[in-house]
Amino acid sequence: MPMPMSRRTALFGGAALAAVFATPRAWGQAAPPPSGPFTLPALPYAPNANEPHIDAQTMEIHHGRHHAAYVANLNAAVKDHSQVAAMPIEQILAKLGEMPEAIRTALRNNGGGHANHTMFWGVMGGKGGTPSGELAEAVTRDLGGLDKLKADFNGAGARVFGSGWVFVTVDRAGKLALASRPNQDTPLMDGGRVLFGNDVWEHAYYLKYQNRRPAYLEAWWNVVDWEKVATRYAAAKAGTLTV
Amino acid sequence: MAFSLPALPYDTSALAAQGMCQETLELHHGKHHNAYVTALNGLIESKGLAGKSLEQIVAEAGKAGADGAPVLNQAGQHWNHILFWQVMSPKGGGDKLPGTLAAKIDQDLGGLAQFKEAFKQAGVTQFGSGWAWLIVGADGKLKVTKTPNGANPISTGEGTPILGVDVWEHAYYLDFRNVRPNYLDNFLNKLVDWEVVETLLKNGGLKSGQSA
Repeated sequence: MPMPMSRRTALFGGAALAAVFATPRAWGQAAPPPSGPFTLPALPYAPNANEPHIDAQTMEIHHGRHHAAYVANLNAAVKDHSQVAAMPIEQILAKLGEMPEAIRTALRNNGGGHANHTMFWGVMGGKGGTPSGELAEAVTRDLGGLDKLKADFNGAGARVFGSGWVFVTVDRAGKLALASRPNQDTPLMDGGRVLFGNDVWEHAYYLKYQNRRPAYLEAWWNVVDWEKVATRYAAAKAGTLTV
Repeated sequence: MAFSLPALPYDTSALAAQGMCQETLELHHGKHHNAYVTALNGLIESKGLAGKSLEQIVAEAGKAGADGAPVLNQAGQHWNHILFWQVMSPKGGGDKLPGTLAAKIDQDLGGLAQFKEAFKQAGVTQFGSGWAWLIVGADGKLKVTKTPNGANPISTGEGTPILGVDVWEHAYYLDFRNVRPNYLDNFLNKLVDWEVVETLLKNGGLKSGQSA
């Protein structure tokens, strides 16, 4: 659902938003409201919910500016392509090679950005800790346990040169694997499914961590919501996981 | 020999009044650029770079395609930043370009306003991290282009850069947040030292003087 600014402001908390706007450094115009089939999902928590590991200002700009821009550009790309506009984003990304050539790059960049960020907000807001049950067993079986997963995931994220993402993918059998992609590419483009992932574009961490991407990668585990990840794991095995 | 981080040609606070704050320059030069130099020096032995100039390494890594990426990432970024620091200045900005450069831009690119718009568009549309460039192409004409990540027109073989702007988010995030277009406007209108750009045009580009 497109969300009117007033409700979004209320959801985020007026004080947090005011603090953002009070910054002495200019950071530009509001993104245009969604007009088209794709909409910016509301953050499922307040922008300060991941403090101190991810600051509220970063969350607000990341969601309200960066993600919003991907949605606006995605809608602009499909404006004159009604068949594409009617498709779910994960199908567009899985069939990029079949998309109209004139908008293929726009779909890849902005559609990928929309899918990646929608997933990203959905796996944070937690308190870290450890996975449990079937998911914990899969982490041990396929990725050598949580400690090894974290080390390998952080290493892969640090090695992404330039902008990109690091992911854990999941197949229909529940098998997990590590993956990284440049820019806004996603394993969805190869027909895969993402269990969870972390954004290593500099905009994800620069205000708080500056050049210290490894410190951001390490801190990020403190805000993972393993219950939400477990829900995604069950959905992947049921064949209902989308982005 | 080894590669080294060149000193900034101005103080880290020198560009603050022109839209590039001291913290940006301290991090960008002292952390980001320095990390590329350190990483590149770590590749000299394993990649057989000893004795080669920085420009040669960049060109060869570009020709090697995906196999050359680990070297190009660091060598390209070292070269790119050396140029970037040179083309900005506390006395930069304005629309009064020195004669030879102004005439060349008029002739090849349709004038300063059109050049600025093309350059800005190149920077805005470089998705993810990378650079926008003004180069002298193989035909001797000026051209605006862009490259991703650590690549540059030397590595792609497209021509000789005489002006470059960094559009990695670390170049502008503290000053402009997500608004890359404003950073590019600010760069073109307040930071570019056109005298340096004209000198690079006359001299056939930047010679870094660095080698492995």
